Amino acid sequence: MQTFDLEAQGLRALNSALHNVKGQSNETAWEVVNPKGSHAIAVGVDAPVDITVRGSTGYYCAGMNKQATIRVKGSAGPGVAENMMSGTVIIDGDASQYAGATGRGGLLVIKGNASSRCGISMKGINIVVHGNIGHMSAFMAQSGNLVVLGDAGEALGDSLYEAGLFVRGSVKSLGADCIEKEMRPEHIALLADLLKQGEADHLAKPSEFKRYGSARKLYTFNIDNASSY
Amino acid sequence: MCGIVGLFLKDPKLEPQLGAMLTDMLITMTDRGPDSAGIAIYSSGKADSGKLTVQSATPDVDFHNLDADLKDAIGKPVLMLVKSSHAVLEVPADQLDAARSALSHLRPNVKVMSSGEGIEIYKEVGLPKDVAARFEVAKMHGTHGIGHTRMATESAVTTMGAHPFSTGADQCLVHNGSLSNHNGVRRELKRQGMTFETENDTEVGAAFISHKLKTGETLENALEATLTDLDGFFTFVVGTKNGFGVVRDPIACKPAVMAETDQYVAFGSEYRALVNLPGIESARVWEPEPATVYFWER
Repeated sequence: MQTFDLEAQGLRALNSALHNVKGQSNETAWEVVNPKGSHAIAVGVDAPVDITVRGSTGYYCAGMNKQATIRVKGSAGPGVAENMMSGTVIIDGDASQYAGATGRGGLLVIKGNASSRCGISMKGINIVVHGNIGHMSAFMAQSGNLVVLGDAGEALGDSLYEAGLFVRGSVKSLGADCIEKEMRPEHIALLADLLKQGEADHLAKPSEFKRYGSARKLYTFNIDNASSY
Repeated sequence: MCGIVGLFLKDPKLEPQLGAMLTDMLITMTDRGPDSAGIAIYSSGKADSGKLTVQSATPDVDFHNLDADLKDAIGKPVLMLVKSSHAVLEVPADQLDAARSALSHLRPNVKVMSSGEGIEIYKEVGLPKDVAARFEVAKMHGTHGIGHTRMATESAVTTMGAHPFSTGADQCLVHNGSLSNHNGVRRELKRQGMTFETENDTEVGAAFISHKLKTGETLENALEATLTDLDGFFTFVVGTKNGFGVVRDPIACKPAVMAETDQYVAFGSEYRALVNLPGIESARVWEPEPATVYFWER
């Protein structure tokens, strides 16, 4: 276990040490202490390492993550796991706005609540939120899945492409072109797997969720709608 | 960007440390806005006494004999404490308006930062650490306070363009964001008799709330009205003699984190601003909801 005191050693030293872990390495377990809400902790990691951050983080923690498993033992500031490519990011507390934005792969788990714009423009990431999500979540989401055990705020899935949205609680309102869809056996199976991966299978059953997706009227150009564009 | 910090103390034992705590919080937010910084501190003060905090670009000239000149003008005792470019003028509470009016004749170049029984505002161009040191904010006692570090977007980087803005007795407001309908709202408020010192959008937000309070609205209703009548991005933190309020616009893209313990309620643009507060590890920490009014009053 490599222990890194962020306050004493600084952010650049941490991130360059993490960036230097390549290929076969014995440095597979890292612990970051004294994060104190600092920005850009463990950004751009590209190695199968396990990183535990002991406390709350500021902007962009775990951004662009590839392969790593990053755990935050606190809450995360705006843009956590932004543009994640692969790997797993687990937040024990809450996440601020645009968690998992533009994420292309991997799994983001938020055990508390996520605020506005969770999964905005997601492109393949899977996000599991144990609590609630705020307004404009999954705006223009292209692919991947967003699973919410609690409630969703206003304008869920506005201008949605092909991401799958699963919400157990209430949805304050659906965004433009987002509709409720039938939950077929393949969706139940997908959801069961995501709940398991998201450490939430003991908290909720797939049958308790509703599925939302794109009505495909907005992003597929239709000449009859020309006046609405 | 812009950085905001705020602290409302519930435990009187912390009151001697208010200035030091706020200074530390504000310095943490320096990289959110290095243009100018300001701080409003509320203290219970002496009974029946009021304070004008004033500022001058030429304090040696303007503050020379100001206490004596003001005493002659209003016929009541005046106590003056000069701190760099600012001075606090203590007068009987019922003489605040008279003193302010006399001041505008005696020293036309002097600007009034704040007026009231509890409030003092210090603000200048520069980094939070320099502004706080210049006015010895860390030594100040108080019950609640608000700090701001500015990255200017809507108007010039000047002392008067710095936050907090005070547009009513014992009231102040700081803002992260930008208002888009401030010219229209300013025109309407002027028609209603409000006066303005700058072309700044935030001053309009402050005056909007002051005007509501003046017409008898509660702080809660005044903050609620910003959600319908002000257009643009805002996280506002406001102070009144006894209270402390927070409101974010419905889009809520300007960040905000709050923490509450038995000893205090604290606000920060980021969690970084709160990390050195006592008992933060076990505090209730949350992000204020969009379009939701929060306020605490003692």
